[in-house]
Amino acid sequence: MGEVRVLSASGQIGSGFMESSFAKGISLKPDVIACDGGSSDAGPYHLGTGEPHFSREGTKRDLKLMLQGRDTLKVPLIVGSCGMAGGDAGVAWMRDIALEIAREEGLSFNLGLVRSEQDKGFLKQELREGRITPLNPAPEISEAIIERSSHIVAMMGHEPIVQAIEAGADVILTGRASDTALFAAVPLMRNADPGSAWHAAKILECGTASTVQRKRPDSIFAWVRDDHFDIEPLDPEARCTPQSVASHSLYENADPFLITEPGGTLDTSGCEYEALNDRAVRVTRSRFLPSERPTFKLEGAELAGYQAAIMAGIREPYIIRQIDSWFAGMCERFAARVQEMFQGRVGPDDYSIRMRVYGRDGVMGKLEPLAGQVGHEVGVLFTIISPERSVTMALAKTFAHFALHYPIPEWRGLISGLAFPMTPAETDRGPVYRFNLNHIVAPREPRAMFRHEYMEVG
Amino acid sequence: MATLGEMARLIRSKNAGPYMLTFDVMFEDEASYRRVIDAGVLTKAVFAKLYQVDEGEVIFFHHDAAKAIKISIPRPYVQCDLDDGDAYGGQQHAPLVELQVPG
Repeated sequence: MGEVRVLSASGQIGSGFMESSFAKGISLKPDVIACDGGSSDAGPYHLGTGEPHFSREGTKRDLKLMLQGRDTLKVPLIVGSCGMAGGDAGVAWMRDIALEIAREEGLSFNLGLVRSEQDKGFLKQELREGRITPLNPAPEISEAIIERSSHIVAMMGHEPIVQAIEAGADVILTGRASDTALFAAVPLMRNADPGSAWHAAKILECGTASTVQRKRPDSIFAWVRDDHFDIEPLDPEARCTPQSVASHSLYENADPFLITEPGGTLDTSGCEYEALNDRAVRVTRSRFLPSERPTFKLEGAELAGYQAAIMAGIREPYIIRQIDSWFAGMCERFAARVQEMFQGRVGPDDYSIRMRVYGRDGVMGKLEPLAGQVGHEVGVLFTIISPERSVTMALAKTFAHFALHYPIPEWRGLISGLAFPMTPAETDRGPVYRFNLNHIVAPREPRAMFRHEYMEVG
Repeated sequence: MATLGEMARLIRSKNAGPYMLTFDVMFEDEASYRRVIDAGVLTKAVFAKLYQVDEGEVIFFHHDAAKAIKISIPRPYVQCDLDDGDAYGGQQHAPLVELQVPG
């Protein structure tokens, strides 16, 4: 097989990289340039709405340099999980940016789009036939849950990407994809050792996350060979050490040794990490254990409702020491005000109000070991949610006033018990979403789940 | 006595997908890594007690090549659910920082 050279532009397109690092990467003549575009890490909002995570400006800058670098070398450019969630809207957004750059810069290429949004009817059928199974921990799933999802994507492996390259695509923009698969696709096409290909990909997909002291998102390079891979950051000030590369398998994985991919499992438990110099590392003994049949992780988001937020500070000791009963009493009496306002159209089951107490257990909630300890002041965040935006905002405006003046037994007369740092106190947060799937599907026809489209650009 | 925070090069928490939280305690050198393991200050049982979670739910690793102890648990609230206060899970490691390490 020899050697396959892989350039990772950055950990996430839109987060940036240094032009000098990327240019150094291009000078090393990579066989493929790739960059991941997303994850579920920012929450279900992007999948629910189709809105991207990073700015168009930041994304266009990164994509332009990548398209120009690709044009110089005429090698494939792969961008995965477009628009963060990898829904069809994210692919369309990235496609339009790519077309705009091609027009402005006079670039021409064959564009391959690989979509991974799933048809609800198909998923219901797979569920009925027992081919969707939960990953632990997973919420309950039913046909009704599939139906009420705003969008569902399946995380593709390397095969749909390889298929696009074999069909002649120069630039491949994908929907939701395994971050690793983007970087493993070309090495695997060229019969690289699967263990080294997948493990190198795992390090590459996060850009410079595997360096000793990551100063910013930046480019990184790997050489995948028969029984090992070498990895080196492209900024001369950045360094990889055996420990920093080994540590990278810890990041965001529940299990640092066995990393599941759509087509099998990367096993790093026997790996050896060796310094080639003070900046580059060689990794040997990575293993890939193929699964019997491909499985794809499903990600789904459904509307949780329309939310409003109210932030306030409390400094008064009397309120702080009874804050839970103060809030409970306030909510109980507020229900009567809601009845007055909406004349029964909105009842207690149609909305909810939550309070988070910063300075007590605001960050950790039920994991907080020091939950009983309170300082001299606390911050509170009230959130109000209902299925209708106008109802939520009406409730929020009334609740902010109601809570401000809610009495405590220690004082007689009208009090103002909340310090609002912003007015109006209530903020319209619009629609909010929840994740509703953590399942895998083992389809009878894997190829049918990912839809390919090709266009000649320029 | 030193704290785990003083002995580690990095203690962090993060989401491992929307349904899991993971904690990494990473050391600079072999001696600190071994000292913490040998002292038994951070075990599956210690973690379960500190975080008030069922020991059966705690996944626990020693990663020698990274000189790291790693722990994963189901998220107490699904990421970004209405009761979740930490979208990235990045601030759940704090109680580990001040664990006392004898010796």
